[in-house]
Amino acid sequence: MRRPSTLAFVLLALLGLIFVLIFAHSWRLTATEQSRLQANRALVTQLGLTDLALFSESRYTRHPSQADLHSALQDHPGAFDHFPTGSLLSPPAHLTATHERLAGKTTSSD
Amino acid sequence: MNVWLEKQRHLIDFTLASLARRKTKNIGLLLAYTVLVFVLASLALFTQALRSEASFVLAGSPEVILQRMVAGRHDLIPPGYIEKIGRIRGVQKQEGRLWGYYYDPVVNANYTFMARPADEVATGSIMVGATLARARGLAAGNVISFRSYSGKLFAFKVAAVLSPDSELLSADLVLLSEADFRAFFEYPAGHYTDIALSVANPQEVRKVAEKLSASLPDSRPILREEVLRTYQSVFDWREGIMLTVLAGAILAFAILSWEKASGLSAEEKREIGILKAIGWETSDVIRMKMWEGLLISLTAFLLGFIAAYVHVFYFGAAVFEPVLKGWAVLYPRFALVPTVDGLQIATLFFFTVFPYTAAVLVPIWRAAITDPDSVMRA
Repeated sequence: MRRPSTLAFVLLALLGLIFVLIFAHSWRLTATEQSRLQANRALVTQLGLTDLALFSESRYTRHPSQADLHSALQDHPGAFDHFPTGSLLSPPAHLTATHERLAGKTTSSD
Repeated sequence: MNVWLEKQRHLIDFTLASLARRKTKNIGLLLAYTVLVFVLASLALFTQALRSEASFVLAGSPEVILQRMVAGRHDLIPPGYIEKIGRIRGVQKQEGRLWGYYYDPVVNANYTFMARPADEVATGSIMVGATLARARGLAAGNVISFRSYSGKLFAFKVAAVLSPDSELLSADLVLLSEADFRAFFEYPAGHYTDIALSVANPQEVRKVAEKLSASLPDSRPILREEVLRTYQSVFDWREGIMLTVLAGAILAFAILSWEKASGLSAEEKREIGILKAIGWETSDVIRMKMWEGLLISLTAFLLGFIAAYVHVFYFGAAVFEPVLKGWAVLYPRFALVPTVDGLQIATLFFFTVFPYTAAVLVPIWRAAITDPDSVMRA
């Protein structure tokens, strides 16, 4: 009679093999993928694109890198974020980064 | 060595037979565990692949984009602005760009209109993104009309539909000639939306941006590295829905482990009591239960990860689509290039397989060191 452990080993070995193959597959780009990536980069250069067209519901989610800090609050200052994507996508780090503390470093008086 | 291996195999045989006796409960457990790994792994794979794709393709975007700000808002570039930039050393080329948004009430979708030189798109013609073409049922040669913001109707001939392979970038794009763009949006002559600059020496980009800010104080330069950084931090795990999903999943997993760790069923206790009574060592009981935890968690991890890989790279992360779509009508169909971050997967493995295996051991150890008679009577 076949032992249950044999079956478990075969199953785990099969899953493990697929797992290893996934890693191998992701490390080697196919020619189609490579040409698609190159063509997309060429399109970005040609059209001067700056963002992915993932969220087209509002201007600050369509072009997050081009949006200003106030665009999410377009109705009035402190307005609630209108679009659901605002909960997925935060403002770019360079917009919300704190400024360097200059106290005591400036030559002119504060 | 062979004796030790044979002993472990017998322990595994016994564990599997014991699991099979509580088939429904254990299959349910395996399913819940697999779904948990599937959601977490899908999220990890999707965000990683999107980040690496964005950083590769957007590396071709303009080095500097110069916007003009009025009262904290993006405003048009007035005539004479571009000429002022020309005098800044290091700037190789500057180009006024014309682009904007258009809301199409027919399908309730937002489009991005972008002007292109006459040699690319002839006046009276447009080129559209594949997602937009699908939403409006367009093909090359069709004529489509849009009502402009001033109320006039403009008819355009679709010269071409952009490649479906570029949907992630061009889903909602409408490319038209500069003359058509200015007429459609009634853009004042000589004004532009923003300026794209190319800087010959990459080392000088920051210096050029500083000079631009100094000479044009109402301008806001956006560097390519900032664009890339925006997409490096997109879907950061600390933000918004990612944190919600992760917190939910971690809580669910904590409940699952706690349920296991907080106690054994009467049947399991009786089984341990009988095993001890017929001469099993405490270490054998613990080893058997360790195999049980390892077999369940390893199978769930592998199944969940493989399913997540297929879901993200072969089914376009369909589970996430309704969330990502938000209120947008246009959502691109795209296949991401498979990317797996070893460290990310190792972290996922560590945080799912180890806690469960460890949680299984605690109550077993407690039951296994007590007297078989009292365990069986409990």
